[in-house]
Amino acid sequence: MGKQSIIPFGPQHPVLPEPIHLDLVIEDEKIVEAIPSIGFVHRGLEGLVKKKDFNEMTYVVERTCGICSFMHGMGYCEAVENVMNVEVPDRGKYLRTIWAEMSRIHSHLLWLGLLADAFGFESLFYQCWRMREKVLDLFELTTGGRCIFSVNKIGGVLKDIDAEMLQTMLSVFEEMETELKTIRKTFLFDYTVESRLKGVGVLTKEQAHNLGAAGPFARASGVKIDMRTRGYGAYPDLDFEPITSEIGDSFARCDVRINEIFQAIDLIRQMIGKMPSGEISAVVKGNPNGEYFMRVEQPRGEAIYYVKANGSKFLDRMRVRTPTFANLPGMLETLKGADLADVPLLILTIDPCISCTER
Amino acid sequence: MGNVKRSPWLLHYDGSSCNGCDIEVLACLTPVYDVERFGVINTGDPMQADIFLITGGINTQNQAVVKQLYDQMPKPKVVVAVGVCACTGGVFKDCYNILGGVDTTIPVDIYVPGCAARPQAIIDGVVKAVELFQKRSDEMEQKKKESRKEQK
Repeated sequence: MGKQSIIPFGPQHPVLPEPIHLDLVIEDEKIVEAIPSIGFVHRGLEGLVKKKDFNEMTYVVERTCGICSFMHGMGYCEAVENVMNVEVPDRGKYLRTIWAEMSRIHSHLLWLGLLADAFGFESLFYQCWRMREKVLDLFELTTGGRCIFSVNKIGGVLKDIDAEMLQTMLSVFEEMETELKTIRKTFLFDYTVESRLKGVGVLTKEQAHNLGAAGPFARASGVKIDMRTRGYGAYPDLDFEPITSEIGDSFARCDVRINEIFQAIDLIRQMIGKMPSGEISAVVKGNPNGEYFMRVEQPRGEAIYYVKANGSKFLDRMRVRTPTFANLPGMLETLKGADLADVPLLILTIDPCISCTER
Repeated sequence: MGNVKRSPWLLHYDGSSCNGCDIEVLACLTPVYDVERFGVINTGDPMQADIFLITGGINTQNQAVVKQLYDQMPKPKVVVAVGVCACTGGVFKDCYNILGGVDTTIPVDIYVPGCAARPQAIIDGVVKAVELFQKRSDEMEQKKKESRKEQK
């Protein structure tokens, strides 16, 4: 038995742009335990409900995270709409779901790039990010923003996508799909990638279930949970199956996310195919009164929005539980027994979003 | 830009930002925007950095981290605050845990507005920082020369 020592990881670290601090207890290059400490990005935005009214809160909630910003806004708006019994017009729902799936594509491409960077495959990192720019250009075309769009509002959306834009989207996604197939080949069949990912950080199905993992992290371990199947937005009209894998290592997580990009493109095609016409938002009158618990599937997993209103324009309570927070226990489990050199990679495989976690 | 004699290295730290500005900072490094053509490299080591690029406002927990990173950087140094949160606190200004913009803790030279700041704006800010960095290092050299002359 070797001597135990502690290596600090973060909060400022070259691999992660975001601050998280881990105390890694190591014994001969092997991790015995990882002790996290978070709070570097804590802003306390849930407390803002006392100062901003429920309409203004939409814009605050969108800034919980800049990567899955749209889905945060969507979750919050759907929660408030359910409290107020507002029925969003079909076109509004479809538009929201299209943007949500586009966010998923851009988030997964971002993650794939960061993963490639973590195991030192720099050209692959640049290829992924080059492709991500195409999605961002589409976002700019349809919403006007690259990261934070602010197109959600209580009752629907603020902007419409016309037929010409939908055609542009279709052609861009077709082009992207061929390029993605090349990248998929590199990720899944390249032996250097395989040797870094296969068998690293295995999380079994039982562990994933017991530790409450969410999203692609849980699905890669064989837990078939996908909040989209519960049916919000336009998902009840769409035909899809959650993508799972039984292996549960870093390679499986990569595989699941790549396939989810293809799935998202397919979902967008389905939606453009049966896009309903009509209004994009409903008229909202009065103030919310009551409470609601909304669950949405974000790129990283399940996010929960709890809203409690008292009939005034200020909400009583707004609570967010984000997927990274649910995935942290699972990540700490995979870190045990891993090599010190694999730590950045293992932290990345849960697709951490620290600013979501700490709000 | 004009006469830039050195390639300044950049240190990026996420204060309490929402990631929006961070991914835009990273996007600047990719081939589409490519700040490396100005000789700027993103380094993870504060001791090798010349430009401190910080996103997001300051909160009670990261204040010490930001201060420490700033102190570890060698002189001359330039601080760029990216995004409206780093400039003033932005939408989170009223949050109980936010102290305000980056200038509440360390002196800021260049403010880049936007939520999230666009890559073009960030590049503009970085180019201004490169110029300022050059000016400061020239001044430092001048001072050194003068002090040497006095010693003689």
